Order: sequence, then structure tokens, then C-alpha cells
Amino acid sequence: MESAIPSSAAAPVGATNWLARRTLGDWLYALLLVAGAVLAYTRYGEVMDGYEVAILALHVPILAALGWAWRPFRLYAAAVAVLALASIWLYQGDLGRAEQNFFLKYLISSQTAITWMSACFFIATGAYWLGMAAKSDFGERTGSRLTWAASVMGATGLCVRWYESYLLGPEVGHIPISNLYEVFVLFSLITALLYLFYEGRYGTRKLGAFVLTVISVAVAFLLWYAFTREAYQIQPLVPALQSYWMKIHVPANFVGYGGFALAAMVGVAYLLAERGALAGRLPEKKVLEDVMYKAIAIGFAFFTIATILGALWAAEAWGSYWSWDPKETWALIVWLNYAIWLHMRLTRGLRGKMLAWWAVVGLVVVTFAFVGVNMFLTGLHSYGSL
Amino acid sequence: MQQRANTRASVLEALVELLSSMRFAISLLTVLAIAAIIGTVVQQNEPANAYLNQFGQFWDPVFSRLGLYTVYNTGWFVAILAFLVLSTTLCVIRQFTPMLHEMRGFREHAREASLRAFAHSASLTPTLTPETRRGAVSDYLARAGFRFRVDERDDGVLVAAKRGGVGRIGYFLAHGAIVLICLGGLLDGNLPLALQMSFAGKAPTNGNQPIAHIPASARLDAGNWSYRGNVYIPEGASADFAVLNLEDGILLQKLPFKVELKRFNIDYYPTGMPRRYASDVVITDDDGQRFERTLEVNKPFEHRGVTLYQSGYDDGGSVLRFTLHDFAPGKRPPHPLEIEVGTRLPLASLGYGLALELTNFRPINVENTAAPSATPGKFTGSGAGRLTDKSLKNFGPVFTYKVRDDAGQALEFNNYMLPLEIGGRKYLFSGVRKSAATDYSYLRIPVDEEDNAETWFAIRRIFFDPARRGALTERFAKRSLDGGDKAMRERLKTTADHTLTLFTVGGLDAVSDFIEKSVPEEERDKAGAAFIQILQGLTWDAWQMARADAKLPALKAGDEHTAFIRDALIALADSVRYGAPFYLQLHDFEQKQASILQATRSPGKPLVYLGSLLLTLGIFAMLYIRERRLFVLLKGDEALVAMTSNRKTIDLDEQFAQHRDGLAAALAVKV
Repeated sequence: MESAIPSSAAAPVGATNWLARRTLGDWLYALLLVAGAVLAYTRYGEVMDGYEVAILALHVPILAALGWAWRPFRLYAAAVAVLALASIWLYQGDLGRAEQNFFLKYLISSQTAITWMSACFFIATGAYWLGMAAKSDFGERTGSRLTWAASVMGATGLCVRWYESYLLGPEVGHIPISNLYEVFVLFSLITALLYLFYEGRYGTRKLGAFVLTVISVAVAFLLWYAFTREAYQIQPLVPALQSYWMKIHVPANFVGYGGFALAAMVGVAYLLAERGALAGRLPEKKVLEDVMYKAIAIGFAFFTIATILGALWAAEAWGSYWSWDPKETWALIVWLNYAIWLHMRLTRGLRGKMLAWWAVVGLVVVTFAFVGVNMFLTGLHSYGSL
Repeated sequence: MQQRANTRASVLEALVELLSSMRFAISLLTVLAIAAIIGTVVQQNEPANAYLNQFGQFWDPVFSRLGLYTVYNTGWFVAILAFLVLSTTLCVIRQFTPMLHEMRGFREHAREASLRAFAHSASLTPTLTPETRRGAVSDYLARAGFRFRVDERDDGVLVAAKRGGVGRIGYFLAHGAIVLICLGGLLDGNLPLALQMSFAGKAPTNGNQPIAHIPASARLDAGNWSYRGNVYIPEGASADFAVLNLEDGILLQKLPFKVELKRFNIDYYPTGMPRRYASDVVITDDDGQRFERTLEVNKPFEHRGVTLYQSGYDDGGSVLRFTLHDFAPGKRPPHPLEIEVGTRLPLASLGYGLALELTNFRPINVENTAAPSATPGKFTGSGAGRLTDKSLKNFGPVFTYKVRDDAGQALEFNNYMLPLEIGGRKYLFSGVRKSAATDYSYLRIPVDEEDNAETWFAIRRIFFDPARRGALTERFAKRSLDGGDKAMRERLKTTADHTLTLFTVGGLDAVSDFIEKSVPEEERDKAGAAFIQILQGLTWDAWQMARADAKLPALKAGDEHTAFIRDALIALADSVRYGAPFYLQLHDFEQKQASILQATRSPGKPLVYLGSLLLTLGIFAMLYIRERRLFVLLKGDEALVAMTSNRKTIDLDEQFAQHRDGLAAALAVKV
């Protein structure tokens, strides 16, 4: 067909030829996802309930869309899959091999992988800061690569941990997002992935130093918690947690927390830029504002879903979709906080310092809802206790 | 007159204006958040005296009056929610027409000056012939997914295009959803009950009375359409009512069916942690229809608008069979007893001015025996950790009871059925405490090779019997100084008598007090050792005397008995402070459990769920379907391109640049 537009002009934004723009790599990636889901279903389908089959099936379009919209994610997913499958293959159904097999012992058993994740996050933080201080592109690039590596190791660690839990006993096995230790790994992972997405989207690595700092703090807490309380040990699930709802409620929640944490760190960068600090080392304020808004928007959307899923689950487990349990109440407070933030920006057109401060303070509220409630208040969510 | 009506109308208008303003809505949200925080900081629905202790005499009534102990049920909190509903509703109504207009319209009458003033506008110079320009623009816009409308003007043509207008529906969905959710929440909350108590004369009553005595004013019939209550059913029994617990008593809610509990099951993980709670129930409808169901945590069951949840469990009246060992010397032999959990047994017939209240029974009791290590376990490797260790152990049945004297004073006991092994030795554990606020202190009774505690009780009876003290010390002195000087033997006997007198009154403390008072400091250690030696010797002799009483052959002294003697002596010392004149040893039990179900009727649930769905859709639509308006004004030799959006993000800059370039290309003559 004759095109009126010369090839130099890109296709119109949002044109309907979305499917036509898929590359061979995209299709291969989708095919692998389908193959993976089919394999999982044929091997384990009989122990899954209908909801779990639905969740498995939904993974294919969701991960496909994610990989198609954000190409580096395809490689990421592939790396995690290869490493996790390698680990499972090396285990050969025997937990003891974590101590005997070289690769398991030093690389891809769950705890070792999580240790690698922690190390990579710490070094990445350092690299980003050095890169920023020295205005070195190499430093920032290293930081970015290490963040990818850490995210791969973290996700591998969680996948392998899932498998290990089943080796402890079929009835013990469960998805590793059931206690504070496991969700801290998830939080670090999701925050890092969200950041990497925006890093690619805006073509700037200058925010790495800020975002990786909050991830490092989370990892430091994770390690402290693991070492002082031996929290890294897989524990069986109490009856209230044995539900497919966990598989969607918890991850959705952490996309929310991750988005809010990211926004807060960008807010810090904005406030510094506002004072003229780190001149030339930060992205434009316009970009900072934009990332902050988008992080809060995605965080808010997923946090809404998470809270609703939580209510649906609560209705099934506790007999009431809302019990004003402290965790629920604080989730509502977090939700209200960001709802007001969004109203201020979108309806009032508020911009600048005020919103940045608000995003930073928002992280304090989020942290309290995430960790503080478990430390200081008692309630139904006590399995996340410190 | 006209004037007054006008004023009234304008006041109303101002009021609506205020209520539907975003300022008001945001203030409400803020107040709601603060109120919610108070509710998490002050623990809700605690017993009244707990608050009195916490806040003191001055603040407690103030807080109570403000409703801080039941924040989410107070009138002012419900009022905030009601205002939120009102404000959001008014806001949606007010926005409806303008937003609909905005959604439908193309703004094709936009003026040139205002287009030029847009933050994103650019002037292009088309090289295409004037007659084809309009077609080129339309083609481009259609390909880019825009809908558009053309306005022919005197001096040119405006093509007004837009995409993503449906995003505005998100506004109605999300805000309508908030209204739905709040309304649903009000229906399921405390409000319906509060209305029944205010207008239908319902009043809670004391929960400590038989069901039959509960007055009609505290009974709600099966037609009640919103409630949440607990149903307690022992195995083999049935119930057709739920108990609603209120601040100042209970209400009985009749259920439209009868629930019979056949069995309550708990499954355990290998670690002893509960894995599954399940109640096998038979439900009998009012019309006689019967069917069986299993209720589990996370697997509720709905019938006739009432949902039943597995919510808890309790003992349902297990029957426990004990042996009562009396500590006192020379009294009755071990006495059999049978009691049901949850009942009270006066012991007057056994000669005690006491009553026994059996409060709880747990047949399985798993504890972690791993010593808390200072060095953490291995962090790397698999996450298996201690689950694979054998540090978790089932200690078997445990029961708790209170021994209450005639004055009403009670001590609480916590006894294990099976002897527990510690350091290769076995003991029966019995914990005692004065109040629930303190930890149990444990008496550890050593058992013999047959795991029998009676050996120790026999020793104790002789040890503490003044009538046999002479014979005991005589025997001890004779054995210790066999063939020695008679005077020395007499002295030793006297010392032993004295020691025993001290010990039987005050345990080892009395002996050490005595040493402190009468022995110079530098010799105390030596003296202490001597006293212990005497006491251990006495224990041995008491044991042999007990064996003789039971017509058992005497044992040959030897090192293999040292540990038992040491344990027995420690238990003898501790038993002085035990607090009850007897020890209960459990032999046998018939377990009977009770299940606690929650019965709810929540008419607001469908509203809340619908609202949740709409909220999700609305939020995604509002945040991610961005409305884009693109204007192309063809006028003379110029093509003016302008773009705007209701979401001003950086993407708009990029998209504008892209469309500007795209249009420039579309309007250029192809080479």
C-alpha cells in the first residue's frame, strides 16, 4: 500500500497496527510463555484448583504484554526462568543437595541467590552514587547492570524457594510471599524493576542513586531480620493464609509499595534539584515530576487492586470484607493519602515542591503501613509480625 | 418575600457548592484518615477496665464519651462517611453535564488565538496543494486513531480531533464506586443494629445466663437482614442461633437453619503447627431439609443468605480422668477423679475446703526445644532451616485448672500428662501461677523407671510426716555412722531432725536462712554442702522406708540412684511452695471439641463488590486512558498544529513532536 508518510516519520502514536509491530523475538517470547504455562499445567495441573489454573493462564498474557511493552523484560524473564529451572534440575528432589552441589551451594539455591541479590543491590547503589559523583557514565551503567543482576537473582531466589518449600513436604509448600522476610525480597525486586522500567523509558540513569538507596535500606533490614530472627527459614502456612488470593493480593500490594517508594525517592531528588544541589547531576525537574506522577499513578492503581483483593480475601477467610483491622485501616490511610495527592495534581493542577514533599512524607506513611503496623499494633495480619 | 426566597435559594446553592467542592471532599478524606489512625492507635473493643488502667480516671471517661474505644461504630464516624457519600454524589451530579459535554464535543469552534496560545502549538508550511491538504490531514488523523470533526470557516478549515475521551467515564466510575462502597459498608456495619436497638426496643443482655432465660428484647428473629455473630457448637450438639457480642452484653440472633457439629478436625504439619481447621456439620433447614457440609478456613458456606465461616474452636467438654495425689503425709492413697472440661467440682467430699475448675485441655502441644542460639544458623543454601531439624516436639496433652478456696482465691495450674525428658531424666511438669499476668513456675516431679510418680509421692509422705520423722532420722544416722560412736550418732540424728523441721516448713530457703544466721561467713559453703548431704541421705532413707511400706525389697545404694535422689530432693523443696495440697495426674481422656462458626448476613456485599469493580476500572481509565486533542487549522499558506490533554505529562511533549512531524510530512509534497 502506498504510504503518504515517508519512512523517516515514525508510525503515528498509538496506531492500531500494534500487533503488526511485534518482532520475531516478541513472538518467540510469547510462545515460550505459553509453553511454560502448558508444561506447568500438564505437570502440576491436577493439584491446582480452578483459581490457580486461572492465575497460571493469566500469567501468559500479562507477562507477554509486559515483555512486549518493555522489551528488556523478555530477557529478564528468560534469565530468571533458566536459572530457576537449572536450580530445580540440580536439586533433583533432594534438599540436601543444596550443600553438595557447587552451583546450588554458591549460586542458585534460594538463600544463596537472595544473598547474591543483596550483594548486587549494595554494590549497584555504590556504583550509582560513584557514577553520579564522578559524572561517570560507566559507573551508572555498572549500577544499572548490577540492578538487573540483583533483580534476576532475587526472582530466582523466590522461585527456587517456592520449589524448596515443596521439598519440605507437599503440604508445607507454598508461594514465598507469606511472611515479612519473603515480602521484603519481593519489595526490593519490584521496586528495582519499576525503577529499571523508568530508567529505560526516560533514558536516564541519574535516579539510580536515589532509588537504589531505598532498596539498600530494605535489603539491610532484610538481612538484619534474617540474621537476628532466623526469618529466612521456610515456615508452613497457617490455615488463614492457605488461599489462592495470596498469589494476587500480595504481589499487587508490593507493586503499590514499590511505586510509592520510587516516587518518594524521586521526590527527594526533586527537592534537591529545587535547591540547586547536585546541579548537572540530576535529570530535569520536568522529568522528575513526570516520573514521580507515573510512579504514584501505577502504585495507586495497583494498591487499589490489592486492597480490593484483600477485602475479597478477608470476606472469605475472616467472614467480613472489612474489619478495621490495623493493617486494613493503614492500607486505607495510605490509599487516602495518595488519592488526595492525585486529586491535588490532576484536578487542582498543583505541581512542584509541595507534591514532592508530600511524596516523601507518603513513604513514611507507607513504611508504617508496611512494617510499623506489624511492629507496634496487633491485629489479624499478625503473620507478618516482627 | 421574593427577596427572602432568593436568599434561601442562594444559601442552599452555596451549601451545595460547598458540599460538592473538592476542598470539602479532601477535608473529609483527611478527617477520615485521622479518625482511622486513632482507631488503630487505641485498641478497639477491649474490656472496660483495660482502658481504665491504660488512660487513668480522668481521660478514660472522656475517651469513652468520644467513642474512641469503638471509633468505627460511633455516630460521628458514620456521619463522616455519610458526608463523604453526600459530597461525592453531589460532585458527580454537578460534573455530569459538563463532563458529558466535554466527552462528546470536539471543540471544533476553537478560536485561532486560543490555539496559538496552547503550550503545544506549531506553525507548519504545507507544500501540498491547498485542495489536497484537508484530505492529507484527515488521512493522517484517521491512521493515528483520532476521531475528528471539521469546521469550515470563512478564512480556513479547522480539523478538531481527539482520542481517549472515554477516559472521562473513569471519573464517573471511580466516584460512583466510592458512593456504592460507602453505602454497602453502611448497610453491613453497625447501623442496622443500632437502629433496631433505638427503634425496635432491642437491648443486649448479660451473656452469663442460660439461653432459655434470655429475654425476647435480646433476641433478633431470623428475618434480620444484617448481622455478624458467633455460633458455638460442641461436637454432637447443634445450635440455631448466633451470639452477637456487643460492648455491654450480648444479643441472640436466630438463624434460618440449625447447624449440628458432627466432628471438628485439626490437621497438623509435621512441625505440630495446625494446618487445617474443619468442621463437619449437618445443616437442617426450617422446612426439614438436611444436608452435610464441611466448613474450613478460607472455604465458607452460604445458605439462605447467611454465610457460615470456620472462625475458631474450643474445648467442647472433654472428659478427663485423673489420679489425685495428696501431698500430705499419711493421708489417703491416690484417688481417682473424673471431670468435664469447663465444669467445677467441689472437693468437700474429699476433705478439702476447695473447688476444682477445669478450664482447658489441649491434647497436642508442640514446642520448640531448640536452644535459642547466639550464633545464627546458616543463612545461605536452601531456605529449609530448622524445619528439617527435630527440635520441634509434641509434649502431649496439657490441661489447665484452677483450685479455688472458700474465700474465692484461686491458683491456676498447668499440668502435662506425659513425663517430659530433660537431660536424660524424666519429670512430670506442673506449673502454678497466681494470675494470668505471671508466668507459670514449674514443679518437676521425677518419675521412676516405670514413669510412675507415686515413688516420689511415697518419699514425700514419709519426709513430711512428723510421726515418722524419728524413725527416718534414726535410720539415717545409723546408716551414716554405722558402728560409730553412739554420741556422735545422736548428734547427727538431732541435726537431721532439725534440718528436716526447717526443710519441711520452708524448703531449701529456710535451711539457707538458718545457715546465714548461725554459721560464720567463711564456713557457710561447707555447712551448706553438709546440709545438702544430710537432706540427700534422708531422701534415700525415706525412699527405702517407702519401699519397705510397699513390701518392695530395699535397693542397694549406688551411683545410679544419685540423679534420682537429687531430682527428688529439688522437687521436695519446691513442693513446699506448690500452693495446692494435691497434684492431679491425667491418665485418660475422651476429647470433645467445639467449633466456633461465624454467621454473617451482609446485604451490602454485592454493592461493595460492584463498587470495587467500578473503582478499579475507573481508576485505570482515569490514569491510563489519556484524552488527547489535536487541532489542525488550515489557513492560507499555514497549517497551525496544536495539541492538549487533560493529563499533562512528558509523553504529551513527545507525542506532540511526533504528530507535528507526522503532519508536516503528510502535508509535504512527496519527492
